Amino acid sequence: MLTAFFEEIPAFFTYYNGLFLLQAAMRTIGLSAIGCVVGFLLGFFWAIVRLLSGKATLPARLASILYVEFFRRVPFLVTLMIVFFACQVLKLGFSVFTVATISVCLIAASYTAEIVRAGFESVPLKQWEAAEVMNFTLAQKLRLIIIPQAWKVILPPAFSFFIAFIKDTALASQIGVIELTYVGKVLNNKGYSASLVFGTILILYFIISYPLARFGARMEKRLALSKH
Amino acid sequence: MPYLSIENLHASYGKTPVLAGIGFSVEKGEIVSLIGPSGSGKSTLLRVLVGLNKPTSGTVSLGGRAIDYTNRRALREARDRFAIVFQQYNLFQNMTALRNVAIAPVKVKGRNAAEVEKEAVTLLEKVGLGDKLNAYPDELSGGQQQRVAIARALALRPDILLLDEVTSALDPELVKEVLDSVSLLAREGMTMLIVSHEMAFVRQVSKKVVFMDEGRMVEIGPPGEILDRPKTGRAREFMAKILRH
Repeated sequence: MLTAFFEEIPAFFTYYNGLFLLQAAMRTIGLSAIGCVVGFLLGFFWAIVRLLSGKATLPARLASILYVEFFRRVPFLVTLMIVFFACQVLKLGFSVFTVATISVCLIAASYTAEIVRAGFESVPLKQWEAAEVMNFTLAQKLRLIIIPQAWKVILPPAFSFFIAFIKDTALASQIGVIELTYVGKVLNNKGYSASLVFGTILILYFIISYPLARFGARMEKRLALSKH
Repeated sequence: MPYLSIENLHASYGKTPVLAGIGFSVEKGEIVSLIGPSGSGKSTLLRVLVGLNKPTSGTVSLGGRAIDYTNRRALREARDRFAIVFQQYNLFQNMTALRNVAIAPVKVKGRNAAEVEKEAVTLLEKVGLGDKLNAYPDELSGGQQQRVAIARALALRPDILLLDEVTSALDPELVKEVLDSVSLLAREGMTMLIVSHEMAFVRQVSKKVVFMDEGRMVEIGPPGEILDRPKTGRAREFMAKILRH
């Protein structure tokens, strides 16, 4: 059994299989990176919208709550399908990769919005009040006082979300995005043994997420050390 | 014309009334102290003045003009003239003492950074913290933090300084250093509205004392009168309790 496994290796790691896997890995990385970066920025935006006050901004605040609650409750796969069919109905002619990218951004934004909101709320009310009576604008309060203090509460859950999120992008294979999981299935169907194919896929996922995990751990450590 | 005038002011937390018809005035350069048991509405009154709590009725006038607390611009203008020091100091935790003092004049009032910084150093020296310019709040004692908070309020160049139980959170031996700073301002003629439980201090600096209980103004008069010869039973009871030790 084990000898069969090792004998298969040279046949598996051919130039074309390698290229196939590399391209798939790039798609997984692309989906994850765009999802995390755009999602985080959008999430920040939604979290800030919720801090607005006054009657005029009520619709915006409601939109923020609705958005976050909707995409956090709907399964990833369903969101993917909704975006997929919405794009078809609207005849937008997007590639499946674009559809998947839009979906991951929508989902990542809803989760990070909650993470950022929790970070904002971790800063004591008295800090907000002191800034308020000194006539700081909302933008100044956030930039100068709140965000510098909220970072250490935001970063740890944000990074664990990003790492989990890399794995979730596998669902994009369901609409035909040729990313790692999809390629795993294709190679397996071509006759390569599942243990070899998915073992390789597993290692590739690890290689993608490990540096991010290390980076997150380093950032947290730095924040913990510098108390200010 | 009184500088700050409060007329028939009401406020409530939800349905619970916390201020029920407060009315008195503060002249320029005058120091008025608010005393009374916990929960009598003293701190709430200061919070209403700076717009952290909304009044339900009544008027607050500054220099003869009523403040419209429902109007954002009017509120900003009012906040520009008040400065408040809180019981828990509320210094910005992510900034040094110097930056805590200098940030609002630079960022909010748009003043020259170098000039403000010089002034901030002078203010911190004035409250005895010339050697703590670059210390962060969590590296300072409560008394030191409170003195930074006073310097921060002064840097805003307020017309009226509001002090909300500024020594209540401090260890007894730290109270004096803070009160000394406040006394210094009193001698310089700063207009102040002070909430305090330090009766000796209240007697020494105040022109007028307001005794409050359950959101109402029970007595008002010069400190000698209110502290030594209170007319109402409620005030007598409070003085007896607080002056016993």
